[in-house]
Amino acid sequence: MGVTLDLFLNAVTAGLLLGGFYAAVSVGVAISFGMLDIANLAHPAFIILGAFVAYILNDRFGLDPILAGILALPAFYLLGTVIYRVYYYSFERRGEEALRGLAFFFGILFITEVALILVFGVDYRFVTAGYIGPSLHFGDVDLPMRMVVPFAVSLTMVGALQLFLSRSFIGRAILAVSQDSLALKLMAINPTRIKSIAFALSISTAALAGSCLIIIQPIEPSIGREYIGRVFAICVMGGMGSFPGMVTAAMLLGVIESLTATFYGPSWSPAVAFGFLLLTLAFRPAGIMGR
Amino acid sequence: MRTWIFWLVAAAVVAGIFGLTRFVTNDYFFFAAYVVLQYVVMATAWNILGGYTGYVNFGTAGFYALGAYSSVVLHKLFEPPMVVLILAGGLVSGAVGLGTGYLTLRLKGVFFAIATLALAIVLETLVTNWDYVGGSRGVYIIRPAAAPFFQGGYIQYLFLVMLILAGMAVCVARSIEHSKLGYGLATIRDDELAAETSGVPTLKLKLIATVLSGALMGMAGAPLPYYITYLDPSSAFNLALAVNSIAMPLVGGTVNWIGPVLGAVFLATVQQLATVTISSALNLLFVGVILVGFVVIAPNGIIGWFGRGKRRRQG
Repeated sequence: MGVTLDLFLNAVTAGLLLGGFYAAVSVGVAISFGMLDIANLAHPAFIILGAFVAYILNDRFGLDPILAGILALPAFYLLGTVIYRVYYYSFERRGEEALRGLAFFFGILFITEVALILVFGVDYRFVTAGYIGPSLHFGDVDLPMRMVVPFAVSLTMVGALQLFLSRSFIGRAILAVSQDSLALKLMAINPTRIKSIAFALSISTAALAGSCLIIIQPIEPSIGREYIGRVFAICVMGGMGSFPGMVTAAMLLGVIESLTATFYGPSWSPAVAFGFLLLTLAFRPAGIMGR
Repeated sequence: MRTWIFWLVAAAVVAGIFGLTRFVTNDYFFFAAYVVLQYVVMATAWNILGGYTGYVNFGTAGFYALGAYSSVVLHKLFEPPMVVLILAGGLVSGAVGLGTGYLTLRLKGVFFAIATLALAIVLETLVTNWDYVGGSRGVYIIRPAAAPFFQGGYIQYLFLVMLILAGMAVCVARSIEHSKLGYGLATIRDDELAAETSGVPTLKLKLIATVLSGALMGMAGAPLPYYITYLDPSSAFNLALAVNSIAMPLVGGTVNWIGPVLGAVFLATVQQLATVTISSALNLLFVGVILVGFVVIAPNGIIGWFGRGKRRRQG
């Protein structure tokens, strides 16, 4: 396939839009893994769960998928609180989070996936909304609305979280617990409570990320696994807890994946994220914008 | 027990089990037993890195599939005997383990875990895109008409191969436990920083463990094409296998070689029965629930209940 300028420009644009969406997928892991040091492998499974919630609300009640995602936020927050409780009492308190904590999240990932398969089967599901289908055009470059909407939602969510973390009391406490939880204790703030709030927040981002996902592509329960490599690659590359780093890394990965898909074929894109992850771990473990 | 005595006892047990199965005439028994034994190998292999060293490998299905697909390649080239297939599978998987380990084992263990998880997905992508080994359509493998040196069906021969592999894997694990390598790995699991400062060559030991563990998984996967005769990416990169080979050691207990064997025999037998009587999807859910249940409630696994296998220190 010849490399023409408009093909290249379209691939880059699509990559940037995709990268914006990847930021929504990764922001939860940036909080749980980057700030709280909880390697939540099950995060992609929660995103798929969020996508299925959006699917049900859209299919049964005709709700807009984004609105469905917002409505699901409290339920996901609650789910996050429950999971953190179990995690804290079973692993963190005993200092066993390394081996068994990982196995715990791996088990949750697996249970969620199999349960979704049992309920919904392995057929691809999709949502209907007015903005799925039409595109904006700027010269040779197409902007499909089904990519633009998730892009906007995602960046709004990341921006709002960044504001929350840097301005509010709880937000600053979350940043503090990621740096030094003993110091927080000395300030008479319970680090476990703060971590519980932060973890619940990270899970609730999965509700919105899930509704973005199902707008972009039809889904089935096992595609969550493709995102594990991506989210952790983005998170590590972005320097763990840093949001600006994470968004940059997400865009970079989006563009590279999109170029790979355009010029070599979409079946290769899962390999890109892994290559990225390995190279980052090998040569720049602190991330592109790390300290 | 001295290591060489253990090898002799293991050989006797393998011979004994094989002798007993001479009285079984139902071929289905061998199909089911092959799966159980394969899980013994996988669980034991996982435990060398996961249990002894404390580094979690989530890419077990990837290493296993590497063994299976290197067999496919060799089979298409010149149909070598089973021993060559198994050695080649071990070699390929061991080499991939070495590469991945070299890049990620210097960091915190969680990065290795994530890298292995992603590795399985990427290997699946590569195989799906590789037409020579069948790509996403899969590939048919025609078994040799008769097994070498052996009377009886080919499946019985495969059963014997896997039985010997399982015996070997257990012996290797047992030998590691009571060797300098094993003690080195235990120090890494208990406190890597302290081990490093006391002069334990941690990276080298971790790499050895990763290579051994990966190679054993590749060896377990090598006979697979002859077992199922039709191999496609989704059966080689089997999700059930990935979960089981982690769940089995954790359910059985990770401190010594008995745990994975117990866990594998227990979980695999239950699943073989459940697949026949209930459904296979529900049965996977069941494994997931057992895994989470055990890591939350019984962190020392089945052997923990008998007062053995308590960790010397929380790792």
